[in-house]
Amino acid sequence: MTTHATARPATKAAAKPATMAQALQRAMRDAMAEDPTVHVMGEDVGTLGGVFRVTDGLAKEFGEDRCTDTPLAEAGILGTAVGMAMYGLRPVVEMQFDAFAYPAFEQLISHVSRMRNRTRGTMPMPITVRVPYGGGIGGVEHHSDSSEAYYMATPGLHVVTPATVEDAYGLLRAAIASDDPVVFLEPKRLYWSKSDWSPEAPAAVEPIGKAVVRRRGTSATLITYGPSLPVCMEAAEAAQAEGWDLEVVDLRSLVPFDDETVCASVKRTGRAVVVHESAGFGGPGGEIAARVTERCFHHLEAPVLRVAGFDIPYPPPMLERHHLPGVDRVLDAVARLQWEAGS
Amino acid sequence: MDSLQQRSSTVQEPPGAARAYRPTPPPAWQPRTDPAPLLPESEPLRVLGTDAVADADPELLRRLYRELVRGRRYNAQATALTKQGRLAVYPSTTGQEACEVAAALALEERDWLFPSYRDTLAAVARGVDPVQALTLLRGDWHTGYDPHEHRVAPLSTPLATQLPHAVGLAHAARLKGDDVVALAMVGDGGTSEGDFHEALNFAAVWQAPVVFLVQNNGFAISVPLAKQTAAPSLAHKAVGYGMPGRLVDGNDAVAVHQVLTEAVARARRGGGPTLVEAVTYRIDAHTNADDATRYRGESEVEIWRAHDPILILERELTERGLLDEDGRRTAAEEAETMAARLRERMNADPVLDPMDLFAHVYAEKTAQLREQAAQLRAELDAESEAG
Ligand SMILES: Cc1ncc(C[n+]2csc(CCOP(=O)(O)OP(=O)(O)O)c2C)c(N)n1
Repeated sequence: MTTHATARPATKAAAKPATMAQALQRAMRDAMAEDPTVHVMGEDVGTLGGVFRVTDGLAKEFGEDRCTDTPLAEAGILGTAVGMAMYGLRPVVEMQFDAFAYPAFEQLISHVSRMRNRTRGTMPMPITVRVPYGGGIGGVEHHSDSSEAYYMATPGLHVVTPATVEDAYGLLRAAIASDDPVVFLEPKRLYWSKSDWSPEAPAAVEPIGKAVVRRRGTSATLITYGPSLPVCMEAAEAAQAEGWDLEVVDLRSLVPFDDETVCASVKRTGRAVVVHESAGFGGPGGEIAARVTERCFHHLEAPVLRVAGFDIPYPPPMLERHHLPGVDRVLDAVARLQWEAGS
Repeated sequence: MDSLQQRSSTVQEPPGAARAYRPTPPPAWQPRTDPAPLLPESEPLRVLGTDAVADADPELLRRLYRELVRGRRYNAQATALTKQGRLAVYPSTTGQEACEVAAALALEERDWLFPSYRDTLAAVARGVDPVQALTLLRGDWHTGYDPHEHRVAPLSTPLATQLPHAVGLAHAARLKGDDVVALAMVGDGGTSEGDFHEALNFAAVWQAPVVFLVQNNGFAISVPLAKQTAAPSLAHKAVGYGMPGRLVDGNDAVAVHQVLTEAVARARRGGGPTLVEAVTYRIDAHTNADDATRYRGESEVEIWRAHDPILILERELTERGLLDEDGRRTAAEEAETMAARLRERMNADPVLDPMDLFAHVYAEKTAQLREQAAQLRAELDAESEAG
């Protein structure tokens, strides 16, 4: 991912390509160095550095009290993090994989998301829950779920998902600094994507809740996030040949939702497709399409379309390419935007 | 090929023939912890009615008595408030006051209490304003008090989910170098929840300064203990986690106070967590909305009425000359004053600001919440204009 709108000093000469995993790791390291209340915890995050090595070296550098290998129990990890937050710490919790976060839902929904509300603001929950999510890496069952809709449906949580190396750093810093709980969804198939973002360069903390336009265009807007951003960028390039000049909006934050950036784009282009890989039915696309329709109805030349994963349990790896929305499916949807009333 | 031949020759070996290969024995197995010191008492510890009472501080005994009487009156008053529609629901701890009061009194000011939805009384005994402790049950706010003020976490409605919070807080306090202990309360039914297991396991692995107090009052709504667990006792569960289990008569306020005080002291000096099972009984129904006659007989309740925590302490104190008619009257009057004050304050309608709905969802309102707040504001303005 090198196409991005966020301005960063061009330090190409000094720059070493960095992966998203490294950017996330540096975000935690910087946060821990600056703030002694930041604690990283989860399964295998210490000695091993996490199964994706995102926490590599943190236990060595900050000690096992700051980067802790916990017992294997997701509800216990998040539940103890709640108590730690009550006592003034800022836990950064790693859930090993999307589908293994489900045992912690009780804590997330019943306590993490509503403790501030329940206590009239006296007990904020500055917890970051990092969840590697999504498919495309050939994982066996329970290693590829896109669970964002569940989190989005829970008031009190922020739901953030970076798609670029730069954002992985900037948004994770913001998540850790946030006084509210953040579910930080890491698109695991982008962990190894690179950028010439330099880990040494001064890095920006990105505000949560702001979408960015990754590509300017005039004929339609692709609204997307996380693992589907590269797909949309590729589709936009391919669409040029067909005479479509596509704009691509990267949401970055699902909650809060940036209606302003999204609607400004749709008003410019008059057409929109929402692209994500989680199931379409009851998925984020439905919410987004409804919001766009409510706000931009008179600007729309066609219904807002959705390109999503099928409404099936995540398929086995040998079939996942048929499930994941790819460039062709996005282009088909774009073609359907040639909407004619009554068609 | 060679290895294949070798393998087939092994297969052809006649049965019983001497084998060249012997597996290296694994290292001799050792238990990680000697289980014997972790085992609970063979029957619930009692102090009342034994010579051990002589060791108890008379001031403490009198204090326990007054708190029990006040607690009983609080339960009766809160139950009456449900009948008047002032409280939506009240889960009474009548019969369990010894556990509630001992829980509060076993803690130092800097310690934390993590109550379940039933433990209003423990919160009040710890200093929480009685009216604020009831907002959850009255329906005006989920938590009426500031948890930091008396170090009482919000009353937890989902069972056992507050237990890992207690572990996390105690762990955090220890990391910061504070000698703070967390006491977490749960019912017998709650011990079947996964969070109970995870909390005990984390606490033991981290050697967190936590005390778990199970109030085994015989039932989870209607389900008796026999259908909840097959363990010898709930205190026995501790052994599997590597922490001591203690079994105590939950109606014996002195015994509960003693066991909890010891467990808290042990946690404070770095000895790790303890699981305490207090065997008690819920005299009232599960809540005012429950019909207890469907699942238990009056004769069983009668047995426990005879073992009432106030009754047995009162007898002991009277026998030892620590309580006379005057003392009883003073305690009753104190309780009556508290109840009258509670009644009076609960009879005032709470004044609620609907705009508070949006006040504490996030540190800063999202754009979506600002829009919704504006909508509600307009609705309220229209309502007040219409009169
Ligand atoms: C997770 C969860 N499941 C179910 C309930 C509904 N419920 C409320 S109280 C209760 C029984 C609890 O029994 P126990 O743990 O023994 O506590 P007690 O009520 O006896 O104090 C149940 C099932 C709940 N509050 N939380």
